[in-house]
Amino acid sequence: MRRRIKVEDISKPSPKLAELRKEDFKPLPPPFEKPDSTPDFAPLGEKARERYEASLDDTIALSIPKPKNKQEENELVAKFLSGLQKLFTKENNWTFLQPLLLSMDHCAACHTCSEACHIYEASGRNPIYRPAYRSEVFRRLYKKYVKSKGGLLQAWRDGEIELNWTTVARLAELSYRCNLCRRCAQTCPIGVDNGLIAHEIRKLFSQELGIAAKELHESGSVLQLKVGSSTGMNAAVVKDNMEFIDEDVSEKTGMTIATPWDKEGADILLIHNAGEILSWPMNPGAFAVIFESAGLSWTMASELVGYDSVNYGVWYDDVQFARVALKHAEVAKKLKVKKIVLGECGHAHKALTVIADRVLTGDLNIPRESCMVTLEQLIVSGRIKVDPQRNDFPVTLHDPCNLVRLMGIVEPQRRILRRIAPRFREMEPHGVHNYCCGGGSGFAIMSGHNFGDWRNQISGRKKLEQILNAFKDELNPSIKKFVCTPCSNCKGQLRDLFNYYDLWDKHSILYDGLVELIVNCMSDAKPGFIEWEMH
Amino acid sequence: MVGLILLMFSYVSAVVFLAAIVCRAVKVARLPIHLRWELYPVAHEKGRASYGGSYLEEPDWWTKPRQSSLLGELKVMIPEILLLAGVWEHNRKHWFRSFPFHFGLYLLAGLIALLLVDGIATAAGANVSAVGGPLGETLYHLTYMMGYAGLGLGLIGSVALLARRTFDKDYSEYTKKADYFNLAFFIVTFVVALAAHTFADPDFTTLRTYFARLVTFDFSSANVEPTPLTALSALEVVLASLLLAYIPLTHMSHFFTKWFMYHDIRWSDEPNLPGSKIERQIGEVLKYPVSWSASHIRGDGKKTWGDVATSGVEENKQ
Repeated sequence: MRRRIKVEDISKPSPKLAELRKEDFKPLPPPFEKPDSTPDFAPLGEKARERYEASLDDTIALSIPKPKNKQEENELVAKFLSGLQKLFTKENNWTFLQPLLLSMDHCAACHTCSEACHIYEASGRNPIYRPAYRSEVFRRLYKKYVKSKGGLLQAWRDGEIELNWTTVARLAELSYRCNLCRRCAQTCPIGVDNGLIAHEIRKLFSQELGIAAKELHESGSVLQLKVGSSTGMNAAVVKDNMEFIDEDVSEKTGMTIATPWDKEGADILLIHNAGEILSWPMNPGAFAVIFESAGLSWTMASELVGYDSVNYGVWYDDVQFARVALKHAEVAKKLKVKKIVLGECGHAHKALTVIADRVLTGDLNIPRESCMVTLEQLIVSGRIKVDPQRNDFPVTLHDPCNLVRLMGIVEPQRRILRRIAPRFREMEPHGVHNYCCGGGSGFAIMSGHNFGDWRNQISGRKKLEQILNAFKDELNPSIKKFVCTPCSNCKGQLRDLFNYYDLWDKHSILYDGLVELIVNCMSDAKPGFIEWEMH
Repeated sequence: MVGLILLMFSYVSAVVFLAAIVCRAVKVARLPIHLRWELYPVAHEKGRASYGGSYLEEPDWWTKPRQSSLLGELKVMIPEILLLAGVWEHNRKHWFRSFPFHFGLYLLAGLIALLLVDGIATAAGANVSAVGGPLGETLYHLTYMMGYAGLGLGLIGSVALLARRTFDKDYSEYTKKADYFNLAFFIVTFVVALAAHTFADPDFTTLRTYFARLVTFDFSSANVEPTPLTALSALEVVLASLLLAYIPLTHMSHFFTKWFMYHDIRWSDEPNLPGSKIERQIGEVLKYPVSWSASHIRGDGKKTWGDVATSGVEENKQ
């Protein structure tokens, strides 16, 4: 039986606050119903455990070095307190102050949020993964150190908590055990948003202490602002790669495709997640095929940041977020385009369309549109002719949280699929009630130590269950199956998940984007655009 | 004298109740504009709320008028507030405890409204009693029915909630001592009120008379027959007045802050259009000074959000 863990236990030093045991994890449907039919959870290496803070659970997301002495411990705590104070000032956090304060003050601890959380459920209801656990720790710290001056009455009213190195380090890690999918917030009867609280804790650590996941900060937004893309590609490399991709898709489709670059006055500036260009080149290639075939006036941009739509700041740092969003808008302004169309990347959609809406003013406020909407127009109007029979295989749709629950773009992609995929079926639940792929909030690109195992065993478990259930009558490997995944980060997560559970080799389940599925059935293109192999 | 003190006590409680709500609401409403953080379904999205869609599904959405539906909001808010529809859907076991408690409170809020109407009607010369004609009789019967139902449901709900918070470890681990106190406060108030009406004021006439004095500011007859307050009724008034003043000072103020949580956050999807009020507000907050200390920001309390957001490339090259 699992040990109970109280909120105040987070402050008590121990080798490990919570343990992850495979036998506790939520059982999977066939063919993975037996625990020995899935890989073992890789333990955290001894060296990592010695060097880094690893006392939360059995993995590490941040690699916070252990303090060498008491002074270092005290410094971290003092910086945390300083950040905590700043987080609740309008000057430093106007960006989210109102939502944060309301979520801090009004939780009734009814635990309705717990049942909505895929991580809590998949872990076998591990108490530290309750959406309210992290929030309650943070709420008690806020009430003790920001809202009041402590004292007996305060503890009586708000609960006990002790602030020390252990609390701070574990809380930092714990803010990276949430996908920020906000499914829990959707179910809160009061409107408390535990996803937002995790987001705000991440911000405090990044903006005050300089602590963030390396993949998001150093190799993410910092690299993007420095060289133009979090992939490390500069403009010359991107253009070279796209030239190869143009050649490839021209050969595959029998059409002559050339991606336009830096075309001033174009109607559309198309911005991809640059990870597509490296990892899933047929995706930007398919966009080029569709846009060129439809005769759209469009361009891609080669200026710094203009060719990579990612904006990792949206997950951990408001300043980095604003910097990247401004660069995107500046590039569009310089090219004098009528609108920005975002490629298949959920967080880029939300970051630039919704969140940046209250950052971009004046002539930087250039209209932004989802590619789902643009593509739907082309299919429904008949500008792109399709032969759905070319897609006569089982297809299901993964809803990226950022695109659907957090933006309300639900039906355009479905209307397309109903036209081009005769064997389309929904996952359950779907639409705005979907489950995260498990890679949300940056996890898809985080695999340090054994964090990749944690993603595949826990945060991605619910999505795996949904996919298996969607194809439950057709798991036979002789039937090729397709999970339409119109988001680059989600694809990254599904790639890892499918490899981990060997879904392609054993059950012929493949994932890819929406545009690949469209080009695969375009009447004007040669058949066979989808490459039925794991990539 | 006791009657007069009780009246003053009730006035002060009502003032604290209203002042606490106004102060908190003004404080929340005056917080600066924040980044958009809506969550779908957004109830006022006309024709799209049923599946969670938004105006962003529309091609060139910025060129078209937004279709907003008040009816759509009401269709969500009314069952959500009255029936706790979200708890019913997502946490059924808890609903059976939480719903009677909340619905009991709604009925008691209705009881207070009825007693105020009774008082005004009595002051205007109406006879609110079992033989008071159609209006007087209706008010008379409605008052005690609503009172007993509210007190009964409130008591059942608060006892059930207290039991769960005490014996269910998932709940007890998150329950503060103040939460136990709050539930106990409700239970004691409900028990005293039920006892008062069972033994001293079965048809709520005493309470009705007390409210008539409250609404007419009648201090002179506070201690005079025909309906002096018994000790139990006086205790009922004291506890109810205290509870009324106490609720908005605690996290239970969610009964009105929920409006902000839905309208200012969850459903706040208004776009920032050129020349709009939102654009002006953004211009103001971008002038706020930043003092975040991390090396990629180096806020010194003088640099503004506008400064740090536009100095990104150099900062990140360091």
